This record gives sequence, C-alpha cells and structure tokens, in this order.
Amino acid sequence: MGELRGRAVKPGGGSRVLLIEDDPAIREGLELALTRHGHRVRAVESGEQGLDRLRTDLPDVVVLDLMLPGMDGFEVCRRIRAAGEVPIIMLTARGDDMDVVAGLEAGADDYVVKPVQPRVLEARIGAVLRRIGRDQAELERYGDLTIDRAGLVVASRGVPVSLAPTELRLLLELSGTPGRVHSRQQLLESVWEHGYFGDSRLVDACVQRLRAKIEDDSAAPVYVQTVRGFGYRFGPV
Amino acid sequence: MAPRASLGLRARLLFAFALLCVVTAAAVTGGMYVDARNAILQRTQDAAVQAMKRRMEQLFPLRSVAPGPDELREIAGTMTDGDNRAVAVYHEVHSLSGPAPGRWRPDWKWQILDPKVIPPRLRQTVADGVMAWQRVVWQGEPYLIIGAPLLVVGEDRTTRVSGIEVYTARSLGPEQRSIDELAGRAWLAGGAALAFAVVLALLATRGVLGPVRELGRAARLLGEGNMRTRIAVRGSDELADVARTFNTAAAELERHVKQLREMEADARRFVADVSHELRTPLAALAAVADVLEEEAARLPEPAGRAAMLVSQETLNLTALVNDLIEISRFDSGVAALALNEVDVAELVRATLRVRGWSESVHTELAPGVTARLDPRRVDVVLANLVGNALRHGEPPVSVRLRADAHWIVLEVRDHGPGLAEAVLPHVFDRFYKASAARARSEGSGLGLAIARENARLHRGDLTVTNAPDGGAMFTLRLPRQAVDPDGSPE
Repeated sequence: MGELRGRAVKPGGGSRVLLIEDDPAIREGLELALTRHGHRVRAVESGEQGLDRLRTDLPDVVVLDLMLPGMDGFEVCRRIRAAGEVPIIMLTARGDDMDVVAGLEAGADDYVVKPVQPRVLEARIGAVLRRIGRDQAELERYGDLTIDRAGLVVASRGVPVSLAPTELRLLLELSGTPGRVHSRQQLLESVWEHGYFGDSRLVDACVQRLRAKIEDDSAAPVYVQTVRGFGYRFGPV
Repeated sequence: MAPRASLGLRARLLFAFALLCVVTAAAVTGGMYVDARNAILQRTQDAAVQAMKRRMEQLFPLRSVAPGPDELREIAGTMTDGDNRAVAVYHEVHSLSGPAPGRWRPDWKWQILDPKVIPPRLRQTVADGVMAWQRVVWQGEPYLIIGAPLLVVGEDRTTRVSGIEVYTARSLGPEQRSIDELAGRAWLAGGAALAFAVVLALLATRGVLGPVRELGRAARLLGEGNMRTRIAVRGSDELADVARTFNTAAAELERHVKQLREMEADARRFVADVSHELRTPLAALAAVADVLEEEAARLPEPAGRAAMLVSQETLNLTALVNDLIEISRFDSGVAALALNEVDVAELVRATLRVRGWSESVHTELAPGVTARLDPRRVDVVLANLVGNALRHGEPPVSVRLRADAHWIVLEVRDHGPGLAEAVLPHVFDRFYKASAARARSEGSGLGLAIARENARLHRGDLTVTNAPDGGAMFTLRLPRQAVDPDGSPE
C-alpha cells in the first residue's frame, strides 16, 4: 500500500487549524503549542463562532472540544460534516466512553483524550491531513461502485459519493486487496497511524459511516463486510 | 448446607417420638397383656384343679391298694370328662399298660394321656404326696397337666400315700388362642400408636423445622448481601422471637451497610470529582509543558531547570490524574471492554516493542494462541507488570504465555530477591508502598490496582507469588472468550 501512502504534511507545513474550545486556559495552551509546530491556528470559544469561521477561514482541520456551552460538540460536529469533508479531531474527557462513540457517529475522524499532550495531537493532525497518493491505475469497478484511484473519486451508480478523508482512506485501504481480511489493529495502524493499541471503535464507527454512504443497505453490506471476530474485508461483490 | 442439618434434626425428632411411643406402648400393652394372660391362665388352672378334686372324691373307696392296669384304667376313666385326658399310675404300672381291655371304648383314645408326657419333676412332686400342676407343650398344643396322689386313711386316722397317682391333662388351646388374640390386639394398638406418633412427629418437625429452615434461608440470603431479607413473624413462640430478633439484626445491618456504602460512594465520588476538576487546569498545563521543555535548554539558570521540573512534573501529574480517573471508572462500574480477537503473542510483542523493551525481556510465547479480549487493557496490565519487573527486580525479566482450551496464562517474572511475605497480600492495594522510605517513584501507585481491575473486568485474575527459585512472579489469567458485560454486538 506504499503507493497509496502519500507524503505526510510536515509539521509546520502551515495547515490551518480551527480550534473550538471553551476553556480559555486550554484554548490558549493548545493555540500556543500548535502555533509553535507551525500551524496557523484560529481559536474560538463556541460552536457558533466555529461554524462561522469554518465558512470564512476554510480550515484544513478542526479540533473540537465536545463539552461546549450553547451548541454542544456533537451538534457542531454534525453541522461541520454536513457542510463539507474537513477532518475533525475531537477533544474528549477521559472516562466518557459514550461521548467517544457519539462523537464518532456524529462524523469525527479521530479523537484525543484530555489532558492533551500536544505531540499526540500533532501526530493525529498529521495523520488526518496526510495526502492520499494518487495512482495511475485504471478505474476499478465493483458492482455498482466505481473507485477512481487517480482522481480519488468514488461513485455509486455513476453518482459521485462525498467521502471524508478518513473514510476514503479506509475504503482505498480495504479495496486495495479485495477479499483480504484486515484486522482492526492493522487498519488503525495503516489508516489512522495509531499504534497497535488504538481504539478499535474508530474503525467500527468509520465503517458505519462509510457503509451509510456506499452501501444500498447498511444492515446487509456488500462492499465492506464484517468478518466476525477478525475485522473487515472488501467484497467479494 | 442447610438441608442436611434440617434432615438431621428431623430424623432425631422422629426417632425420639418413635422411641417414646414404642416404650410407652410396650409398657402399657405389654403390662396389660401379661396381666390378662396370667388371669386367664390362673382361672383355667383353678377351675381345672377344682374339677379334678371333685372327681377324685368319686374314686373312694378304693377297691385295692395295689391296683392292676384294669383298675387304673377304671380310675383314669372316672377322672376324664369331655375336656381332658387322664392317666392313673401306680409305680411302674399305668392305665395304658397291659393288653387292650374288653371295656375299651373307642372315644377313650381321645381321653388317654401318655405318661411319657408328664415331666419327671412333676411326677417326683406328686410321688411325694403333693398335688401339683405344670404347663407343657404336647403335640404342638399347650396342656395343663395336674397330678395328684391318692391318699388312703389308715385305721389310726392318719393319711398316707397310696402310691396311686392320677394325672389329667387339659388343653389350653382355647386359652392360648384368646391370649394370642390379645397379643395381636396389643401389637395392633402399639403399631397404631407408633404410626400416630410418627405422623405427630412429622407435623411437629414441620412446625419447628419450617421456621428454622426459613431462618437458615434468610441468613444465607443476608450473607450473600441481600440486605432487604426479612422473615415473616408468625405466632408468639420462641421461634417467633428468633425471627423478630433476626429481623431487627438484619435491619440494623442493612442500615450500617447502607451508611458505609454511602460513605464509600461519597469518597469515591469525591475522588472522581477531584480528578475531573484537576483535568481542566492540567489540560492547559499539559498543552504548554512541551513548549517549556523544548525551551528549557535556552533559558538561563535557574529558570531553565525550573521549566524542566515543571514540565516533567506536569507529565507525572497527568499520569496520576489519568490513573485516578481510570480507577474511579472501575469503582463506578462504567469501565467497559472493547473486545477483539487478537493473537496474544503478537500483542505481547507489540507491548514490548512500543516501549522499547524487546531486547531486555526474555519471552517464551506459545504461538498461534488467539483470544477475545480488550487489547488496550491487556497492554496496560502487561506494561505495568513488565515495567515493574524491569525497575524493581533483577534481570532477566521474562514473559511466558501458556494456554489451554479456556484460559490464557501470562507469567511475568524477574530474578531478584522477590517480595517480602508481608508485602505480598498488599501488592495490589492502592498507593501501597513496600517501604515507607521508598521515594515517590515512577508511577502513580495505582498501576497494579488498575492492572488487577483490568484483569477482573475480563473475568480473569491477576495474582502474585514468589517463584521457588527467586524473584517475584505475576500471573495474569484471562478467559479466551471474555464476555462483554454490556453485550457488544461484535
């Protein structure tokens, strides 16, 4: 899969980060740390402000605290996802497992547990921003699904499907070796760049979102199939 | 268990009742039986003796003082009636010896008595001139044999023994049958009384054992932690008193336990709240700790060292707060498993690799062992055990994986001096320090407590012993198919 793995955006690559965090100390601390790593950070304190900035700033990545006054983080997450495919990294409180699941279902790509170590957040940002390599390969067809690895376009029955970067990476990873079973651990390492002991719910939530977009019936998936006890497999269609 | 104890009590009560009944019945019916039997026999005997005396008077005057068989036969004939048999004996001659007489009457054969039946002692007594009787069994039937000497009165009006003895035998068959009937009735009455006693005993034991058994059941439930257990109080006997006392004690216990639980819950909630409150300022601190650390080298002393210290301690504080939050999650029961089918050997290697321990730890991992578990949590446990062994024990540190059909067993051991016996039971206590002097070292003091909680969340266990050849050995046992308490769909 080396050819799919693009050049990682280097820290200091000047990506635009939108930080939505209500606590001033954390907001300032993270802004400081991320700016030091070369990002251009826009820090706001509420979801409403964040959604405004999303339209004007066109950030590369959103770092979103789930516990927000006013409009809560999940709602903000859903609205950002509805507006486009910008990667979202959630800040969650340790011990709030339900929040993680709900946040992933709302469309977040990854999450970091507070207290956040900036180098961990930096690595996550690097992972979601990693550019996807383009192949010169032919258009691949699987049933009603076409995957264009050169143009990075996925279409179902000829209609392009809008996929978030993580979803697209997951689909490309799985469809790169149709019929082969990928364990959650493998997918966490290859798609999320987490270590061996990442949170497998990331994979499950992403698979759910992906199925909702490309499968005719999410309950009876054809393209991304579950291999009980082992992981996921693309096809056979 | 309770059933055996109550059975024992029931058996004992039944036995006591039955014994009482048997003894009473035996005493009463037995006594009555003996009395009645004696009375019957006595009456029969008296009547027979009287009858014999009357008949004997008809014998006088005797025709000869030295009678032959015919005369003896004559005498015997006089002595018989429809109910008895008789024989007359004179020394060696008796009424049956000699040739069959001309006056033989066929019905006599029912009335003759074979002298051989007469017991020698009876004959002896009679020969001494005393009238005597004795009961014998002849031809399967009881007989009363009465013997009497015939006395002659001399001229000097003195009496002397004539040498003629008369014996009559009277069948005691009818009396025997009456007595048998009596005995039968006595047995019947005894049996009925016994049956009645058993029924009574059963009723009594049920009356006593029912409440006792209920008390046992309630005590067991209480012991299992069912604090709301109470007993319905019936009546006003001693058992009702016991039930009331039990209920009072249970209520008191419930109140205490509730109070303790509330205090414990308060304490735990406090820890959880404190941890969560610490998290926000800590999050801000952690965000800038990296910045401080990177800048520390460029800052003038002592600001540089101060920055370094702040940065380092922020990391430690973060670890401590994270552990506190983790353990409060176990306490409040919200910790959940994210189960995955994993190759256990691969998991162990990953744990060691991620932390750069692959070179320093000797592994002995059974290949191809897969298990359904939460890899992140098992990693936490293993990292803690191996980390401890590397820090506090002596090399070589080894990790061994074994498995059977249902369990995987991971052993982590070092080859140091091992743990003091006094320390072993407390190793998994929170914030336990083996020696008070040991400085606040690496880790939060919660690592092993969290490790054990993680093992138990898998329905497994984590134990520690000292290996026979030295060194502490931690054994992690996990089921190959851990069950998610929440019932995860995957």
